[in-house]
Amino acid sequence: MATPKPQELFASINHRPPKKDWMDVPVEIKPGRYCYAANPKSLEAVGMPHARQWNPLDDDWKLPENWKEIIIQGIRERLEKFRSFKVFMDICVRCGACADKCHYFIGSGDPKNMPVLRAELLRSIYRGEFTKAGKILGRFAGARKLTPEVIKEWWYYFFQCSECRRCSVFCPYGIDTAEITILGRELLNLLGLNIDWIATPVANCYRTGNHLGIQPHAFKDMIDFFCDDIEEITGIRPEPSFNKKGADILFITPSGDVFADPGTYTCMGYLMLFHYLKEEYGLEVTWSTYASEGGNFGFFTSHEMMKRLNAKMYLEAKRLGVKWILGGECGHMWRVIHQYMATMQQDMVGDLDFLEEPVSPITGTKFENAKATKMVHIVEFTADLIKHGKLKLDKSRNDNLIMTFHDSCNPSRGMGFHEEPRYIIKNTCNHFYDMPENTIREQTFCCGGGAGLNAGENEELRMMGGLPRANAVKYVHEKYGVNMLGCICAIDRAVLPNSMNYWVPGVQVTGLHELVGNALVLPGEQERETNLRGEPLPGKEDI
Amino acid sequence: MKAIYSLFLVFALVLVALLGAGAGGMHYLFGVIIPYVAVVLFVVGFVLRVIRWGKSPVPFRIPTTCGQEFSLPWIKQNKIDNPSTTWGVILRMFFEVVLFRSLFRNTKVELHDGPKLAYASNKWLWLFALLFHYSFLTIFLRHMRFFTEPVPGFFQMLDSIDGMLQIGAPTLYLTDVVIVVAVTYLFMRRVVNPQVRYVSLPADYFPLFLILGIVLSGIFMRYFIKTDIVAVKELTMGLVTFNPKVPEGVGTIFYIHVFLVSVLLIYFPLSKLMHMGGVFLSPTRNLANNSRMKTHVNPWNYPVKIHTYEAYEDEFRERMVEAGLPVEKPLEQPVENKE
Ligand code: SF4
Ligand code: SF4
Repeated sequence: MATPKPQELFASINHRPPKKDWMDVPVEIKPGRYCYAANPKSLEAVGMPHARQWNPLDDDWKLPENWKEIIIQGIRERLEKFRSFKVFMDICVRCGACADKCHYFIGSGDPKNMPVLRAELLRSIYRGEFTKAGKILGRFAGARKLTPEVIKEWWYYFFQCSECRRCSVFCPYGIDTAEITILGRELLNLLGLNIDWIATPVANCYRTGNHLGIQPHAFKDMIDFFCDDIEEITGIRPEPSFNKKGADILFITPSGDVFADPGTYTCMGYLMLFHYLKEEYGLEVTWSTYASEGGNFGFFTSHEMMKRLNAKMYLEAKRLGVKWILGGECGHMWRVIHQYMATMQQDMVGDLDFLEEPVSPITGTKFENAKATKMVHIVEFTADLIKHGKLKLDKSRNDNLIMTFHDSCNPSRGMGFHEEPRYIIKNTCNHFYDMPENTIREQTFCCGGGAGLNAGENEELRMMGGLPRANAVKYVHEKYGVNMLGCICAIDRAVLPNSMNYWVPGVQVTGLHELVGNALVLPGEQERETNLRGEPLPGKEDI
Repeated sequence: MKAIYSLFLVFALVLVALLGAGAGGMHYLFGVIIPYVAVVLFVVGFVLRVIRWGKSPVPFRIPTTCGQEFSLPWIKQNKIDNPSTTWGVILRMFFEVVLFRSLFRNTKVELHDGPKLAYASNKWLWLFALLFHYSFLTIFLRHMRFFTEPVPGFFQMLDSIDGMLQIGAPTLYLTDVVIVVAVTYLFMRRVVNPQVRYVSLPADYFPLFLILGIVLSGIFMRYFIKTDIVAVKELTMGLVTFNPKVPEGVGTIFYIHVFLVSVLLIYFPLSKLMHMGGVFLSPTRNLANNSRMKTHVNPWNYPVKIHTYEAYEDEFRERMVEAGLPVEKPLEQPVENKE
């Protein structure tokens, strides 16, 4: 199914819900808005239950015999394990403050994409099965029966939530629909109902260390290839090390940066920075082929899967004997590192004393905020270097860029990472304009493809979900001529170029270390003619 | 439809009191037994619910951060919306509970041709929710003069502030007016705003009507159908001193009022009204954002199956060696000889 034209899509948005009660509106699975069912092989590879071939458009989803017990038992266990789940099931007052905050609702008008209703899909079952009032009063108390229809509805709508948490910011009780979606997806996974764009990356991450299934030699090849490009542009060839024992720092980035444009340019930026730091200050950074993915698709599957995939980061740091870990520009990777990693990994690696409390060996800055996890964000690391004047930068090389910045959901609402990226942009570029207040920082909009929803087959959904972000970019594009959207997330770098193309042609997407790579003056480099994309530098156009 | 059900339900409740206490004359039941039962159910229910929540652990620190985190020394932290210390959390919760800070951010989205989206500030819900809760609180505290003897100065003061306008013979309380307006707004919003109407359940209309019923019966009793205040106080003081008696001269309207309050108390712990307790327990708001600084323990953490480096190297060793990547265990046969 072809995605409609932007004007058509926009004109089709209607925020008025239908007359009928939502419980009476059966789920209608629309092509373009869902991702294909998980490949059974991928589920089997990681030992997920009930792997089978099924099609969301079929009537029969081939649910396991005892599916109902599995779900009820699954809910019960999770209520006991997560206070958030219990409290969020009980206290929503349906004030609707969250209703029009979800980018998928804004862009699709589908009322079941209102966060409150998305959560009600699960809450209504909770009431029916776990509360007295619901059991006795049924629908009057907002309860309904658990049927295969409900499971389909869950699957459809929990995979139309990018777990971005924007709704949570506006809720008077901080009810986080992302948290409910996360648990809802866990329940679906108990029935083998994942989507393939999550299940296959999970299986790949598990086996090869990264979601694309890049094997160690190929991983090295790809990075070598970037070094060729850098050499061509700057005359300097970085010599990155891999799996090197005794290096100072282990660097882990989302493998999207190694694989797809424009992430690859960001990756070149990392390489140049590390080369610079080695030459100037003797800092040894190593890459790992085993821990070759920062992004954690387990997060979109279950807490357990997240933990299984995350383990490699600390295990690798321990094996290599590095001082601490540096993490690349990624969204949900950082949410996992920030909110879950240390807590989860205790029984895998014990306490983290095999690492040192992170200190920048170059500036002496102690990263107090990373004292426990021992993992520093490369953006805060670089911002600190710039602040201390440790990098030689030539901003004018980015003069062709009129920048704005997309706060990626996870770092902004899961960490509070707002100033560091802006600081880097302002120190590597001369032109920077923020988007309107309601669309940035903690109120930022999702790119539209987070939480594993960046498949090809759900393009319509991604364009709908990407509308609010794109629209804010359009505003600064028209007002200030913004032509480049910076971001610190690999999924953004994969999703936003399409949605920019669709809604705001003329705006491209970049990671921040691409900007750093362009501006960085490497010791002994030749006069640069082009930027990392091979485009002529400002002032060099006619040569 | 759902609203009408709920309205009907509240009428039915009024009728019960009207028939029971009014026509049936069951004053002791409605004036003493039901209120006692209601208070007990409220307290026990409330406490049990909070304990039930509290029994589930908070395995992960998942605060929603709404501002700059604690970071490099030259970056200014938003200490309230992104607290890194307990004090910060206390402040955050204070603003949340006392001023409804999150609701204050509310916006509404507008679609314009262009195509264009715009976000307009939308503070009405915040305003009326705040008015509603504060007038409810004031009214509740004002009522303490029925349950104390002598009445502490604070309650007296509250009473006179609330009655500042001094309109009419029994002074008009500001909060009486405000709460009626606020409840009406909250109800109208549910009916008029299509999105909110769509998500509303009978359980959302019912407490609004119930509270409106309580307020209106209270207002009636005070301004229109006079009831003997001295007798009422005798009754209420009897209740708090566990020496219950039912004096003569307490009008039926009083029993209706008390019955509706009792129903509210009983309904409270079973319903969404528990947001009053839950707001304090919400893990996205009541935790410090310091999980990279401090390690927190998940009580049900358990080991999981992982793909170890050893297994990884076993699978890829040959190709790693070929590519010049270091390995832990050398190949059994050198690569060249294998060919
Ligand atoms: S804002 Fe919170 S309380 Fe209001 S409807 Fe949404 S989740 Fe429920
Ligand atoms: S978490 Fe994001 S995607 Fe999910 S319901 Fe909330 S706003 Fe929508």
